Amino acid sequence: MNTEFLRQMPSSRSFAGSGNGLLWRLHLDSPLLAALLVLCGAGLLVLYSAGDGNPDLVVRQAIRLGGGFMALLILAQVPPRTYRFWAPAVYAGGLFLLVLVLFIGTEAKGAQRWLTVPGVGSFQPAEIMKLAVPAMVAWYFSERSLPARFRDVLLVLLITLVPVLLIARQPDLGTSLLVAAAGLLVLFVAGLSWRLILAALSLLAIAAPLMYFFVLHPYQRRRVDTFFNPEADPLGAGWNIIQSKTAIGSGGISGKGWLNGTQSRLDFLPESSTDFILAVLAEEGGLIGVLMLLGLYLAVIGRGLFISWQAQETFSRLLASSLALTFFIYVFVNIGMVSGLLPVVGVPLPLISYGGTSIVTLLAGFGILMSIHTHRKLMSHH
Amino acid sequence: MTFRDHHNEGRIFSTRLLWSAVIVLALMGVLAGRMFWLQAIQHDRYTTLSDKNRVQTQAIAPPRGLIYDRRGELLADNQPDFSLALIVEQVPNINDTLALVAEKVALEEADIERFWRRVRSPRRPWEPVPLRARLTEEEIARVAVIQHELPGVRIDANPIRHYPYDELFSHVLGYVNRINAEDLERMTPDEQANYSGTHFYGRLGVERHYERLLHGRVGFRKVETNARGRILEVLEQIPPLPGEDVHLHLDIRVQQAAWDALGERRGAVVAMDPRDGGILAFVSRPGFDPNLFVTGISHRNYSEYRDDLDRPLFNRALQGQYPPGSTLKPIAGLAGLDAGVTDWQRTMWDPGYYRLEGQTRVFRDWRRQGHGWVDMHKSIVESCDTYFYDMGFKLGIDRMHDFMVRFGLGDRTGIDLPGESRGIMPSRAWKRAVRGEPWFHGDTINASIGQGYMLTSPLQLAVSTAVFARRGEPVVPRVAQLHPPASPIEPALTPDSRHWDRMTAAMVDVVHGARGTARAMGQGAKYRIAAKTGTAQVFSLGKDEEYNAEEIAERLRDHALIVGFAPADNPAIAVAVLVENGGSGGSSAGPVARQVMDAWLLNRAGELEIPPVAVPGAVPALMADNR
Repeated sequence: MNTEFLRQMPSSRSFAGSGNGLLWRLHLDSPLLAALLVLCGAGLLVLYSAGDGNPDLVVRQAIRLGGGFMALLILAQVPPRTYRFWAPAVYAGGLFLLVLVLFIGTEAKGAQRWLTVPGVGSFQPAEIMKLAVPAMVAWYFSERSLPARFRDVLLVLLITLVPVLLIARQPDLGTSLLVAAAGLLVLFVAGLSWRLILAALSLLAIAAPLMYFFVLHPYQRRRVDTFFNPEADPLGAGWNIIQSKTAIGSGGISGKGWLNGTQSRLDFLPESSTDFILAVLAEEGGLIGVLMLLGLYLAVIGRGLFISWQAQETFSRLLASSLALTFFIYVFVNIGMVSGLLPVVGVPLPLISYGGTSIVTLLAGFGILMSIHTHRKLMSHH
Repeated sequence: MTFRDHHNEGRIFSTRLLWSAVIVLALMGVLAGRMFWLQAIQHDRYTTLSDKNRVQTQAIAPPRGLIYDRRGELLADNQPDFSLALIVEQVPNINDTLALVAEKVALEEADIERFWRRVRSPRRPWEPVPLRARLTEEEIARVAVIQHELPGVRIDANPIRHYPYDELFSHVLGYVNRINAEDLERMTPDEQANYSGTHFYGRLGVERHYERLLHGRVGFRKVETNARGRILEVLEQIPPLPGEDVHLHLDIRVQQAAWDALGERRGAVVAMDPRDGGILAFVSRPGFDPNLFVTGISHRNYSEYRDDLDRPLFNRALQGQYPPGSTLKPIAGLAGLDAGVTDWQRTMWDPGYYRLEGQTRVFRDWRRQGHGWVDMHKSIVESCDTYFYDMGFKLGIDRMHDFMVRFGLGDRTGIDLPGESRGIMPSRAWKRAVRGEPWFHGDTINASIGQGYMLTSPLQLAVSTAVFARRGEPVVPRVAQLHPPASPIEPALTPDSRHWDRMTAAMVDVVHGARGTARAMGQGAKYRIAAKTGTAQVFSLGKDEEYNAEEIAERLRDHALIVGFAPADNPAIAVAVLVENGGSGGSSAGPVARQVMDAWLLNRAGELEIPPVAVPGAVPALMADNR
């Protein structure tokens, strides 16, 4: 403990942010908060266009964002060690709720994902796992020395894959993918040997076709088929991706202008306010708009990685880096799928897409990141 | 607690963070590159796709030209029709919807069959598929009440063809009905393009012959539509060129008179103005209701027409093939006079039969006891067969044939109606080619009274009568007042004009003379009529059989014929009448011809008032290749 304390002393003051005392006292990180606010504001503008100028959608989204920022503010106050203390319990509770969903979950669109609490409303237990799984894995490593050993790998895989499989069964491919990424990314930054990573990747290459035939639901299989040949079914499953690429491509360098995107305004673009909202932005804002968005995302991710680099103990480091990198996975999978690089999986464009509990979860995650950053200074005064 | 190498752990973690940053940057670069590819490199391609998405070119069918008679009476117009159609892409469950619709609207099996056929055939998505036409107001109301339960069901108002006189003009106007794949296949690509957006195509009659003129030129509009095909904005529009109106020579009063005069009998009447070839009446009874065909005739209605023994769908005037019988005698007589095998002075004894020297076969006269001493005039007035047997034998088939074809017999008249039959004017060459037999004298003798192999349509009889009235100058019959004066079918005949005068005088005596066979039609006429009766045998009598109308079934009785023109000294109308199984031409066909002539020649006060010749309208450019 002493050595750790000494090692962290010198760097602690340089980024303390002495200039913004109020935000710091509220445990908020001003660069990250600024990037998030700009991102969410831009998101509301795009949503207004995607929703065909319907203010209802924007108002409801703004309310949800408000709730998210409240969660961010509250979670930022909680010190990281409290998170570490509660991680196993939250994880276990989350697992219990996932099992409960299988039995008494509410069904919608052929998937059983929601738990309805009388008088409160319905929520997705899977969302909890987006935070609980990386926290649990980080907790696991906080008691052990790095790099991760083979035995650790097996245990971490167990911690991660149990909830992932439960979520995949609902079925919700997008969320299970993100939860798996959250857990496995901790393993990566915890120093999992490159040999094992390469072995896992080759195993995945072999398993993928098997997964395709034995694990995937027919609708998921169709998405994969469509990905490899969208023109085979231009009016059915391929329609989404063809229309989305058409929207993006027709936007050009400078775009058609805000509220002028014909693809979404004339309803050719499906799910234009949710998963495919990027196509609206790309059509109306052009390449310039897309690059600005990518820049904002990069700023958020970069700040997250910086926070984890500055973090002083293993739990905080691992959790912070996992949250930042999972956010990147969101961005990459969504934009990759909308632009036809990846198969269509239900992953929203973070902080821009309409709806879902994912916005609250994402902002809650940034609250934890800010807590990790802002409580560092207090710790250094120990 | 195990010993932990914090320095090493920090190094490992930092290295991995660095790797993460590198991978994140690299993958972000991939995304940016993908976007650059789509938005900068492939921009043009996707712009085209995007425009193709939203901009649709729609055809606008031109309104079909109207058809008028010579008095300006509307014979075919366009009326709004309410039809029910389904936008299949919007219908959640087609079978459920069909069942719901069937509760409110009468659906025949044929409607549903046709609907499914259209659904399965290649078509543009989001385009309404018609299910039933001609909704009644009550049906429209019943559907409107449950409209909200029927997504994708719509009621459209479209102009459709309407024939206000139902059967009266059916065989001459024809009708329109739905255009089909075969129709389109027969067209050039340009014509096909001109029919995009059009649902109807002319069948039979004027509707078919003047299809291109009546149809007009298709228009286009470019519209912006949403993904559901709803039109949001019209970007550009080229209006259609409406079809030309067609004015006919037909006169509704003459047509109606011919129709009424035939009554319930089966038959045909063709009346034309010999001065310009204009068809004044064109009747074939029974007729059919062309309105039934426009939106697709029901199976039940169609089989009723098809199975009717009276064959209402058969155009007797245009396609009927009947032996001309004695109506041919004036022309045959002229042929004999022209060739010099007889003259007006020559007389012969008619014992009631004719026998060729050295042969046993006897050719009977229709009057068993014979006509006694006969000459040409009397043979026309009383329709003596024996005189013509003898004259025809002397004339020979070659001269007879060559003379008669100049009257337009045995060939198409060139009328502006589709599907005209040729008829037969027999010759040696014809018999060898068709029958593979040589020509016999008996054939000539039969031909000289218009029997045997000879077949003509009522239209041909009317035309040959008009040519007679024009003293041998050929004429092409015209239904529509559109064509330039027709080119002659054969060079004009130039026989001695005295022959025409005397033959006409004989024909006048057929009507007005004391012993004429058509005395019945001349009663109280305000003008002189020249006519000739005829009888077309339905079957040949056995050698010594007696003809007894009572004993044979009505349908085997002879067809009655009459041809004639009036006024005799200044012909303004030529008529041919056929009454199927009508028996004697004078008593059954004659009065029909008289009423047709009256309708044309007398004004409303019942006084003689010969209408002027129609002035053909300007000839539109389209007509040149429509003949």
